[in-house]
Amino acid sequence: MSITMRDTKTTERSADQAATQPAAEATAKGTAVRVEHLDAWYGTHHAISGVTLDFPAGTVTAVIGPSGCGKSTLVRCLNRMHEVTPGARARGGVFIGDVDVYSPYADPVEVRSMVGMVFQKPNPFPMMSVYDNVIAGPRLRGWKMKRREADDLVERNLRRAALWDEVKDKLHRSGGALSGGQQQRLCIARALATDPSVLLMDEPCSALDPIATYKIEELLRELSSEVTIVIVTHNMQQASRVSEHTAFMLAGDDSVGRLVEFGRTDGVFTNPKDKRTEAYITGRFG
Amino acid sequence: MTRGFDRYFAVGVTALAMLVPLTLTGIALLIFIDAWPSLTHFGLSYFTTTVWDPVHFIFGAAAYLYGTIVTTLVAVVIATPIALGASIYLTEFAPRRIRGPVSYVIELLAYIPSIVYGLWAIFVMVPIMRANIEPALQGSLGRLPLVGQLFSGTPVGLDLLSGGVVLAIMILPILTAISREVLLAVPPTQREAMIGLGATRWEAVSRAVLPYARPGIIGGVVLGVARAFGETMAVTMVVGNSSRDITGSLFVPGYTMASAIANQFVEADSELYFSAIVEVALMLLFVALVVNTIARYLIRRSIADRPAGAVV
Amino acid sequence: MATQAATLAGAIPARHRIIARRRIAERVIVGLLALATLASIAILVTILSYVIIQGIPAINLEFFTQRPKPFGEVGGGVQPALVGTLVLAAVAGAIAIPVGIAAAIFVVEYRSGRFATPVRFAAELIAGLPSIVVGVFVWAFLVRGLIGHFAALAGAVALAVIMVPIVARTVEEVLKLVPNSLREAALALGAPRWKVILRIVVPTARAGIITASVLALARAAGETAPLLLTALGNDFFSTDLLRPIGALPLQIYRYAISPYDDWHTKAWGTSLVLVLVIGIVALLLRVVARERVR
Repeated sequence: MSITMRDTKTTERSADQAATQPAAEATAKGTAVRVEHLDAWYGTHHAISGVTLDFPAGTVTAVIGPSGCGKSTLVRCLNRMHEVTPGARARGGVFIGDVDVYSPYADPVEVRSMVGMVFQKPNPFPMMSVYDNVIAGPRLRGWKMKRREADDLVERNLRRAALWDEVKDKLHRSGGALSGGQQQRLCIARALATDPSVLLMDEPCSALDPIATYKIEELLRELSSEVTIVIVTHNMQQASRVSEHTAFMLAGDDSVGRLVEFGRTDGVFTNPKDKRTEAYITGRFG
Repeated sequence: MTRGFDRYFAVGVTALAMLVPLTLTGIALLIFIDAWPSLTHFGLSYFTTTVWDPVHFIFGAAAYLYGTIVTTLVAVVIATPIALGASIYLTEFAPRRIRGPVSYVIELLAYIPSIVYGLWAIFVMVPIMRANIEPALQGSLGRLPLVGQLFSGTPVGLDLLSGGVVLAIMILPILTAISREVLLAVPPTQREAMIGLGATRWEAVSRAVLPYARPGIIGGVVLGVARAFGETMAVTMVVGNSSRDITGSLFVPGYTMASAIANQFVEADSELYFSAIVEVALMLLFVALVVNTIARYLIRRSIADRPAGAVV
Repeated sequence: MATQAATLAGAIPARHRIIARRRIAERVIVGLLALATLASIAILVTILSYVIIQGIPAINLEFFTQRPKPFGEVGGGVQPALVGTLVLAAVAGAIAIPVGIAAAIFVVEYRSGRFATPVRFAAELIAGLPSIVVGVFVWAFLVRGLIGHFAALAGAVALAVIMVPIVARTVEEVLKLVPNSLREAALALGAPRWKVILRIVVPTARAGIITASVLALARAAGETAPLLLTALGNDFFSTDLLRPIGALPLQIYRYAISPYDDWHTKAWGTSLVLVLVIGIVALLLRVVARERVR
């Protein structure tokens, strides 16, 4: 289970090689998401290029980098949310388990129900109760459940999102009637309710106050043993607090985002292999 | 002396502007005063009896009320699904390039004068109603229990149903326009959340966007009701204007409040007769004020938070 | 815990069936929605087609230059009605446009709280009134009251009442678009309030004001009900404000409810003229608006 630190003692490698460390870095649980040579565009703008990396299962991986580096784009490609934007497209390999997400036979709807997503601004459905919000995903998939099972599902996921105690008496209140931090945890519970193997979080705390942020960071720790978590964040302290692995992305002079470095979080932060990573971490830009 | 002129200007502008509330007050007052004799003379019976006898001075507007409600209901039942369907298609599913032009075309319908609708309705629509549509309805839906009663009797064409259909056509543009506005005002993050959960585009619309937009859409429907209530010419030409019996059928001629006024206003030869007609106008006035206020309140609340720059 | 091991080769058949069903449902529903859109367009196309096809036979020079012939006689035209519509529009516009602009200026520039809201509120309520109710009011106020008989002026006033809220609402929007910095700069330079409004704000908003006026006029040109009770209609050429006057919509109504086929055709012809007039005006508007924006 322990990852040796011998890699950090080797000499400088090129950025490309750093990105293909997956085999050495994978935890004993294996790889949750494998990305191979992923490119993505918004219309004619080439947003990310040649991204290859493996997200280890059962851990939290942070994706960091300055604005415009393509970190959100990368993560949104994992569940094919990227292409929802008009004019956007992607090409490459994304494999969740055995499923080829971008296979011509793959249905994006199915892919998205295998992966959960939490967005930057909490977006619970205000016309639905807390209860109905959580159960919205399973309802979509036509899961037929008895009242008892549904109640259990709601409670279980609200507990996983560390929200149960605060809302157990308010389950039938509107989803919009909660505070910002509670709303975001509701969104987490909602995303977890379909039992995804991967949870994607796109700067989930950037609209929240520090206490709400703290609560969410706490629950990520617990959660990662059951669900692989990929979190995009512009806050390096947050990345070092919550993640075991970190991917650093950067847009080159051509405004195309690329993966620069990927490794264990403590390694990336204390002993980055790439000069650019070091520059970002020490605050010289971004 | 620009300071002085400033004063005059302000007073002038205020005076002109005040004409507006003044006119509204004038309208309410004059109509109320002219309706007073009828109000006091008939009291509540005015609203419950269908007898309208100028010779014996008995006036009851129940038939007009009934006709207005029936035609408006028919109009809303027909127009709402079509308008909502079109507006959803044009905001969520239509190819982007045609969204603007097609919406514009539909809204052009609002610029056709109501008399032209009436003309088309009486010469083109009514014959088709009488010869084809109404018999077809009678043959199909007319056989069902309860609902069948609506389609009983000899199809005449110039009836409540035609009135309702022409009204439906007339409120279609405004319903579509408002629904579109309201749908565009729904934050895109709502749709995004549904899609992230693994919904098809339609499921995202029906489960997240539509519920969010519901109050505004209802406001639009209420506005459509207000329009239908007050519409005069097109309805007058096809609704029949002859029978005051309240049967359960749509195939009978009838009146709406507006058509009653249009038809009989110049014929009123006694003070009571005249006052009775003005009381109809008073009813229309009152309902229009109430319904419009509700509608605008509902719609304003829905559009207020529209994200800036939301484009089709 | 259900795992997500849904490989495509060995996909759990049930899941695929469910998604396939949802996809089909989506396709059906979107098809219905497109149908609704098509129906809406079809209505417009149908009505316009009929107006054009049925109306063209009636159009000739005589149509525009002669007055209506008595019952049963063939021939004649709608000249009095055409003139009437123009006269009514001119007078109604002369009343409604200044009042509407004044109301908008009042609400936007003199935001003196207490009175601004009643003005806007009253305008909205009047906008929601059935036009026949406006007709009844003007009849009581002018036809029965001040003037004493049916008159063009009464018709114009009725149309003006209908137009004012339209002008006021649109001009209000346009005035609000004028950036405050413009006002502040002028005031800082020492210009008095009235100059700021008349010389700077209003000219900036000129395009929108023209649009508002034209829209309101187009609406007024199509109104029938209030005119039935006020202007009454006139088969003879007249521009006398104190006598009854004809109007295109009134003429259409008279022709339409008559028993003569020839008059029915004329009704279509008059409708064609009316729709063309409104259509040309609306199109000109778009062209003018676009030019100004540049």
